[in-house]
Amino acid sequence: MWELIQANKRKSIILIISMGILLVLLGYIIGSAYIPDGGGLAGVFIALMLWGVLYLISYTRGSKILLAVSGAKEITKDIHPQLYNIVEEMKIASGHPFMPKVYIIDSAAPNAFATGIKPDNTAIAVTAGLLGRLNRDELQGVIAHEMAHIVNRDILFMTVSGIMLGVIVLISEVFIYSLWFGGGGRYSKSSKDSGQGQIIFIVIAIAFAILAPIAARLLYFAISRKREYLADASAVRFTRYPEGLASALEKISRSTEELKKANKVTAPMYIANPLKKKGKKLNDLTSTHPPISERIKILRGIAKSADFNAYQTAFNKVTGKETNIIPPAELKDSTPINIRDAIGLPALGLTKKQTQRNVGNLIMKLNDYSFINCECGVKIKIPPNYKKKIVFCPRCRRRHKLK
Amino acid sequence: MVTAIVLIVIVAFIVLFFISSYNSLVKFRNQVKNAWAQIDVQLKRRHDLIPNLIETVKGYMTHERDTLENITKARSQAVAAESVGEKAKAEGELTSALGKFNLVVENYPDLKANQNFLSLQEELTSTENKISFSRQNYNDQVLFFNNKIQMFPSNIVAGMFKFNEEEFFEIEDQKEKEVPKVSFS
Repeated sequence: MWELIQANKRKSIILIISMGILLVLLGYIIGSAYIPDGGGLAGVFIALMLWGVLYLISYTRGSKILLAVSGAKEITKDIHPQLYNIVEEMKIASGHPFMPKVYIIDSAAPNAFATGIKPDNTAIAVTAGLLGRLNRDELQGVIAHEMAHIVNRDILFMTVSGIMLGVIVLISEVFIYSLWFGGGGRYSKSSKDSGQGQIIFIVIAIAFAILAPIAARLLYFAISRKREYLADASAVRFTRYPEGLASALEKISRSTEELKKANKVTAPMYIANPLKKKGKKLNDLTSTHPPISERIKILRGIAKSADFNAYQTAFNKVTGKETNIIPPAELKDSTPINIRDAIGLPALGLTKKQTQRNVGNLIMKLNDYSFINCECGVKIKIPPNYKKKIVFCPRCRRRHKLK
Repeated sequence: MVTAIVLIVIVAFIVLFFISSYNSLVKFRNQVKNAWAQIDVQLKRRHDLIPNLIETVKGYMTHERDTLENITKARSQAVAAESVGEKAKAEGELTSALGKFNLVVENYPDLKANQNFLSLQEELTSTENKISFSRQNYNDQVLFFNNKIQMFPSNIVAGMFKFNEEEFFEIEDQKEKEVPKVSFS
């Protein structure tokens, strides 16, 4: 565990430095294209300021913004005891000293994410649709994956590099648009004074403005995918039950509902890409998530042991690559761990209608509805703003007193 | 003059190494202790849940008096256990008594429809999981700590300040030691 986190940190630092160099270069070249004498330094300054301000915002308020944008609501143990228990279990299994807050997202699409840069202030959010579909072991697999993101410090890394990527894209686009629209007049005027030197700078700047975002994206996506695999491997180690996560991923990939509140910015945070339902297959290089079918195959290919070695072996076999998902130092120490039996409660075997009803009830509970079970079998749902003291059953007309 | 400076630098270096080594050993030992305390918390939680469970199922399971009595007996033994060895043994017995109970429950459809029982069952399942996860975490921490004590150079500091190796939490129940079957259903 410790070596894993250390290796992760080292790799993140290398990546962040190379993205940072890219950002500084971009700022310098574009600044020079606008003002040949001394504009470069100003460009660097603006680029770094932009990054700093955005980072500060996401460091202090990032979690809150993300949770608010995705429409997540914090829950206590009595709203969903099982979910809360499972988060507690995974907190113990991972040895993380702090309990994450638990959120439910009001959506029927099955998905989940973790957030929080500081280890003592993190959160795990799952959709109501996920809770309605998965059995206990599957839910445990998903939560273990999210807990792994928290323990491996993936969120810090994703935030820092994600913002760098955003700033690089933003600066490049602003530069190209300004040349396209307003830049023409200015460019012709200034070219009279400075001549060829600036034209060369502008050509280099245009090339850089096109290439830098692509390079930054590739860097970001490559590492982000690796981290998904690593979180899967850690989840297996926490739960000692690869089939739980595998069948959860299968159920998630089979659903056709789209998570409406997710967007391009928040998509990399989720366990499975929430924006996949557009009919076309995304290119492997430009996707933040590894293909879900491949993740399932690797999990199912794990034989007998729940340690990192077993995951790495299965990964090599399924992908046919020799990429190190787990740092070598960690592999050396890893000893075989027995996989356990399915201990969770048996599969629910619900129909689609029952699932929808469960999800609906959960969402109402989140919105402070109260429930009365009538003797005729009807479950009466009472909205929080219902002020009267009595209510009649809609089917049998029985009178019920409210507290 | 030069030799004096070199000597001072070397001594300072050694002192710094000792301080940081000692501090990290203390930190890891505390992590082991903390992991052990977590197991205790979960075991206590299990002891607290059992009387509730017996109370709820008593009315339904009139033919299973033996199973229920075994659970109660195993629980009181576990509560009374003092040493680590005794504790591990008694808790192992309690685990297998509860395992038998879970098998019998399948024969009582009425019980499985009882909301009160379902939420108790969820609590019990979760507590069982938490016990095994905290045991898992404890053993990981012990392994790490023992490695530090044995490996050079931290073994020098560990030897001087009498850091002793910690014991693993072994599983008493033979059944749990067997390689479990994986079912893909």
